[in-house]
Amino acid sequence: MTRHLYLHLPFCAHRCGYCDFVTVVGRSGQHAAYVDALLTELSLERKLLAPQLETVFLGGGTPTFTEPRALERLLSTLPGADEVTVEANPETVTRELACTLRRLGVNRVSLGVQSFRPHLLEVLERVAQPDTVRRAYYHLRDAGFDNISFDLIYGIPGQSPADLAADLGDALELAPEHLSCYELEAKPGTRFTHAHGPELARQAEAMESYFELVVEALTGNGYRWYETANFCREGDRDLRSRHNLAYWLGRDYLGLGIGAVSTIEGNRWRNTPRLPAYIAELAAGRRPARELEPLPVDVQKREQVMLGLRLDEPLHVEGLGEVLDASALERLDRLGLVDRKGRTLTLTPRGRMLGGGVTADLLA
Amino acid sequence: MTQDRIRNFSIIAHIDHGKSTLADRILELTHAVSSRDMREQVLDTMELERERGITIKAQAVRVDWKGHQLNLIDTPGHVDFTYEVSRSLQACEGALLVVDAAQGTQAQTLANAYLAIENNLEIVPVVNKIDLPQADPDAAAAELADLIGDEPGRVLRISAKTGAGVEEVLDAMVERVPPPAGDPEAPARAVIFDSSYDQYRGVVAFVRVVDGHFSTREPLRAMALGTRFEAEELGFFSPTRRASGRLEAGEVGYVITGLKDVSRLRVGDTLTSETRPAAAPVPGYKDVKPMVFAGLFPTESDDYPELRDALEKLKLNDAALFYEPETSQALGFGFRCGFLGLLHMEIVRERLEREFDLDLLVTAPNVAYRVKPPNEDWREVHTPSDMPDEIEEVEEPYIKASIIVPKEHVGAVMELNNDRRGRFDHLEYLSEERVHLTYELPLAEIVLDYYDQLKSRTRGYASFDYDVIGFRPGKLVRVDVLVAGETVDALSLIIHRDSAYDRGRALVERLREEIPRQHFDVAIQAAIGARVIARETVKARRKDVLAKCYGGDITRKRKLLERQKAGKKRMKQVGMVEVPQEAFLAVLNLDAEKK
Repeated sequence: MTRHLYLHLPFCAHRCGYCDFVTVVGRSGQHAAYVDALLTELSLERKLLAPQLETVFLGGGTPTFTEPRALERLLSTLPGADEVTVEANPETVTRELACTLRRLGVNRVSLGVQSFRPHLLEVLERVAQPDTVRRAYYHLRDAGFDNISFDLIYGIPGQSPADLAADLGDALELAPEHLSCYELEAKPGTRFTHAHGPELARQAEAMESYFELVVEALTGNGYRWYETANFCREGDRDLRSRHNLAYWLGRDYLGLGIGAVSTIEGNRWRNTPRLPAYIAELAAGRRPARELEPLPVDVQKREQVMLGLRLDEPLHVEGLGEVLDASALERLDRLGLVDRKGRTLTLTPRGRMLGGGVTADLLA
Repeated sequence: MTQDRIRNFSIIAHIDHGKSTLADRILELTHAVSSRDMREQVLDTMELERERGITIKAQAVRVDWKGHQLNLIDTPGHVDFTYEVSRSLQACEGALLVVDAAQGTQAQTLANAYLAIENNLEIVPVVNKIDLPQADPDAAAAELADLIGDEPGRVLRISAKTGAGVEEVLDAMVERVPPPAGDPEAPARAVIFDSSYDQYRGVVAFVRVVDGHFSTREPLRAMALGTRFEAEELGFFSPTRRASGRLEAGEVGYVITGLKDVSRLRVGDTLTSETRPAAAPVPGYKDVKPMVFAGLFPTESDDYPELRDALEKLKLNDAALFYEPETSQALGFGFRCGFLGLLHMEIVRERLEREFDLDLLVTAPNVAYRVKPPNEDWREVHTPSDMPDEIEEVEEPYIKASIIVPKEHVGAVMELNNDRRGRFDHLEYLSEERVHLTYELPLAEIVLDYYDQLKSRTRGYASFDYDVIGFRPGKLVRVDVLVAGETVDALSLIIHRDSAYDRGRALVERLREEIPRQHFDVAIQAAIGARVIARETVKARRKDVLAKCYGGDITRKRKLLERQKAGKKRMKQVGMVEVPQEAFLAVLNLDAEKK
């Protein structure tokens, strides 16, 4: 039975230039109808879910931009779980919202910080200012949240190594439990790429040292580099994102909402990304249009390798032999990029820096 | 058909001057092809030919025109294929020399026109594309007439595109080209000017009957090789195969031999009848000797047997192709192949890839060398890595280059030849405008980009041809390339000592650009023996990750990874280093880079 539930809340005040998620700007009139649709889809798929869920994750878009009554209705109707995460943009986090989330069972908030430098926030078209971020953080702390994650982006046009070091310093000063650090992925052909072409090329070159800088700064300050782009504070509590761990460990998950992806028992499907069609189908009590992708066993195994090697924990290779290239494994071992112990495989720190290429080498 | 009603001719034209279009019009006009079946450029059957707009393989089509049998024998248009052209021309008594009315006589047209004149063919000059607004038919006609020593008034003016004047071309063939003059009563002789392989029927020989006649089921013999077989079917192309049961003196057609072993019939050989054999073969054909060599390796080592079969089949279609097995430490099992020139190599490669669906890696070409190691006999070396470390003497092939060029470009041609270790031989004025230059050059200096350089420095007007004149001593050294400490045999080259340092330097710089960053620092060195003459480093990658990967991204990221994997598979593993195919061609572009 599936123990991990994802819900997509696509609404945003503004679509940032670099964003490639399924988002919908404004349409406050449709928020309630969308939540209705989500709940209908949930009831249609309810039997796929275990009675007790481990994790629920509300992602977006900007979930906290959703019209408050609709959001509250959604949260109060959802099944409970050990970890309930909501993504939030700093400017949406008021004292009231923080308290509401807390009251309705949310115990983890992922804050879309991206940067603390005003000029970089402007390039990213973010509404929040550095102080907005700090205010949001303290509202959440005041409301009792003891598990807060920051998203940071690096490789932003105009960013210098000093800017990145300062961003990391500002983040560390607030001491969130968790940090996700991504390089900016500018899709070719987008407005953003068009506007920042040459500068993006320069950033792509600088990105190598940026990644090292991120890992050094965070691991040097008491954070565990537990996944390629994710870090959590070391200590008594396991502060890794349980929901995301489920993806990386190849567990089944159900995704609801427009553009949401589910993977259950060897089948993957993606809901239509079109809001009106989604709402209309579910209003009629029917499942939304879906793109289906069956996952043959060998593909499942490849994904297991691809995802598992992102983690700092050993990958158990039993049964995965057929998708691994033995001679490549030998070579990578000699280069000190992989660590073989018994029937497990771990990437060394340098191997993790090269994780993409190493994984491509390893797969048969 | 009696010989006086037969006319055999070729069309000689520069690329894009309208040869294929003219051939199409002729087929249409003589009803050999109905308009419904008309497909542009019917003669160029190979996909590759149509795409590149050039003709590689000779073909022969029979058409009827006013009670005469006309055989149109197609010829290739590039200098690399001089031998194929000469084979085709020897099957003819006449040639249409086609020149673009806007562009005038071009370099390659000259070489082939002279070849036709040497073969005593009747030249029928034609100015094409007179319908183009920028056409200058009078100037083109005057130049053409001057070139072949004819009257400008006898130059035909046509538009193959619209069909204007094409009938007159056919009439001129009948009137001006002499009929074949073989002896219909003599013992049968036919010369093989080309061949192809039919999957079901074996070797198909394209022949020109010189004397006597041939019939279906007749026992035949190829005179040079002694191969015996029975003519399973005789016929001609119109434009597809049409069985006729009989080929007479002067006629052009095909013989289905049933031979499954392609090596048993050679282009250039003479067929005769077993029952009443001719005393001697038809003279004039020479066995071409390739002097340019390159290694061909399958990208996937499993494809080696397919490559061997494919080469065997190509060889039948391509008399000039030579191959022998070769083993490279870096590239595995493959073949060392001999070619007429670079375009020939390129075409063989493309045919192998397209017609036989093979993925190939072709190494930089080199020439044949003669070496004498200490206390050993002379031997020939076709691969740089086979060059011994200790050499007492070494010789390389030299050519006599013949270049015809408008006088204003003489200086540029001389400069190029001096750069290429050329020795001036002779200069003469063919006319007030055209100069004929001869030079002696090492063949090695022309195999890479000489022809391109010659063309670009003379705005395309230089006509170039060469003959190998033998081996001469040279101050040559072998430069090896080491990648991460391992010698990459496929990248070794033999060059003149004076340019070894510069070329070695340029080569490692080029390789540094071609070899992608790896998981570790990769040293690239050029060395003569144990002495390193140049060194570069490809710095290790420090980061290579897919940034984020959550539930919604997995499929896309997996596909990205699969693409990355496929990219790696296309590379060759040299020790621990992944080297892309392009790197093995780095040597090819060194000179082009310098300009």
